[in-house]
Amino acid sequence: MAPRIPSRLKLTQQEFDQITQKITPRPPLARNAVIAFLSGGLICLIGQLLQNLYASFGYSTQEASSATVSTVIFIGSLLTGLGVFDQIARFAGAGTAVPVTGFANSLTSAALEFKKEGLVTGLSSKMFTLAGSVIVLGVVTAFVAGIIKSLFL
Amino acid sequence: MDYLTAFVVGGLFCLLGQLLFDLTPFSPGHILAGFVVAGGVLGSVGVYDRLIEFAGAGASLPIASFGNSLVKGVLLEAERHGLIGVLTGMFELTSSGIAAGIVFSFFIALIFNPRG
Amino acid sequence: MSQRVGTQSVLLDPPPYLSATATVGGPMEGQGPLAGDMDRIYNRLLAGEKSFEAAELKMLEECCLLALGKGNLNVDEIDYFIAGDLLNQTISSGFSALKLSIPYLGVYGACSTLNLALSLGALLVAGGVAQHVMAATSSHNSSAERQYRYPTEYGFKRPPHAQWTVTGAGAGIISREGGGPKITAITTGKVVDLGVKDPLALGAAMAPAAASTLISHFQELERDPSYYDLILTGDLGQVGRQVYQEIMVREGYSLPRYHDCGTMIYNLERQPVDAGGSGCACIAVVALGHIYQRIRRGEFNRVLLVATGALHSPTTCLQGNSIPVIAHALALEN
Repeated sequence: MAPRIPSRLKLTQQEFDQITQKITPRPPLARNAVIAFLSGGLICLIGQLLQNLYASFGYSTQEASSATVSTVIFIGSLLTGLGVFDQIARFAGAGTAVPVTGFANSLTSAALEFKKEGLVTGLSSKMFTLAGSVIVLGVVTAFVAGIIKSLFL
Repeated sequence: MDYLTAFVVGGLFCLLGQLLFDLTPFSPGHILAGFVVAGGVLGSVGVYDRLIEFAGAGASLPIASFGNSLVKGVLLEAERHGLIGVLTGMFELTSSGIAAGIVFSFFIALIFNPRG
Repeated sequence: MSQRVGTQSVLLDPPPYLSATATVGGPMEGQGPLAGDMDRIYNRLLAGEKSFEAAELKMLEECCLLALGKGNLNVDEIDYFIAGDLLNQTISSGFSALKLSIPYLGVYGACSTLNLALSLGALLVAGGVAQHVMAATSSHNSSAERQYRYPTEYGFKRPPHAQWTVTGAGAGIISREGGGPKITAITTGKVVDLGVKDPLALGAAMAPAAASTLISHFQELERDPSYYDLILTGDLGQVGRQVYQEIMVREGYSLPRYHDCGTMIYNLERQPVDAGGSGCACIAVVALGHIYQRIRRGEFNRVLLVATGALHSPTTCLQGNSIPVIAHALALEN
């Protein structure tokens, strides 16, 4: 659909774009970036604590890493259920979205939200509405990488 | 020392994410999917594992690590079992994360309700 | 006899009265500066119901009953119930019509719905086919959020130009006889589109629609901004209202007595609503509550309501279309 400018206005598309660009506030880049750095760094630091803890139980590095990821997913999921994750994320931005806490939040928030539409047709089938893209594109990437490596290298 | 590297590297991942959120017209979903694909690409040339060795949880908790783990699983199995390994190895290393996500989300969604 | 003027406007004769109104608000609105002018405030988003959709329905029903009570009317005396909302298939309106059992005309104008419903009601009353018409609309932050954007518990950082969908409802009764301000003129908008694609930038997207309808209104009725004590746009918010003012200045109009409901309903400095309110209930709660009461007290005598709406859906946005927008103007005079 082509844009349609009201005939009574002298306004041109270009002028409109200039006006909106001038008036629309830009996000506070530096502030947001610092908050994301600190909050994301903190999550990873907590993750490292957990990882060292699991390693001290005698888990291998891979096992400790998996256990850490699962624990962090549990925390993200629980905070979503308690209704505080979205409040934290409104402040932290990418700081909570980029670590697996964001993955957990996308799964749990969708499951929670569509619970009212049924256990099967809502909660279960809608769980991956947000996180599905991450899994699909990750799998496709891994598939392509695997094919290239095993056929050509 | 490993706490410092985890903090800094994990923080830098998030800082990069925030800049992409704020400076590009893409949705968070686009950008997070981009992280996974990038993690997969870096994983296929072995770079991501070195980053994990250096930063521990600082590299294994950001979602890019998911792409890396998918690729690593595929490549390990493909080396052992040939082409079929590309499929059988897919969730070798990521199954715990996906299973945890599904199970925890399911039960938490059963217990709690959205607050709006 | 009403008279059509130009291509978009109608002068209503005899002008019908906006004889009674009622408004209800949700928790965020209850903490805002206009809370005292709402008839009822729900302190919880769920309003005691099981889903956000059910809560919105309850608010709309309650609001309609309150308006009937304030107008001393019962449902049998209302000839038409004209309503619309933001949800798919305008479920809040349709379901509330089930309870009210008044002949129902469901309309969709997104956030411009209030003026759309009031305009149609005024035309029916002025046309002599109805004695009383009830126009109503509602929106709910969480039901809108989950339909248009993300699950309500999904965490993301809102950009500073994003607006906050108002939770609440407004209902007004248009009567052939009675008290209150008269609806003297309406100007029906044309859909316009200036290529905005960001569904969070609705204020800026809707500004040209408001400007276009307002200028048509002035030109066709040979009025200028000084005719009105107050010109009120629906939900342009902090960003859209500045874009709108800038467009109007460039078109040669100054707007000395201008306000936007989206910036009035919340305290933008203290409440976490970014650029202000939006949604069907935004103009409904402000215009039918706070402003209506001030008109009745004689603090304003001529008010022009310009309700703006964005006619997109999540599907059209994902398919890459820009956002078509509309605005309807309606004059209230003592």
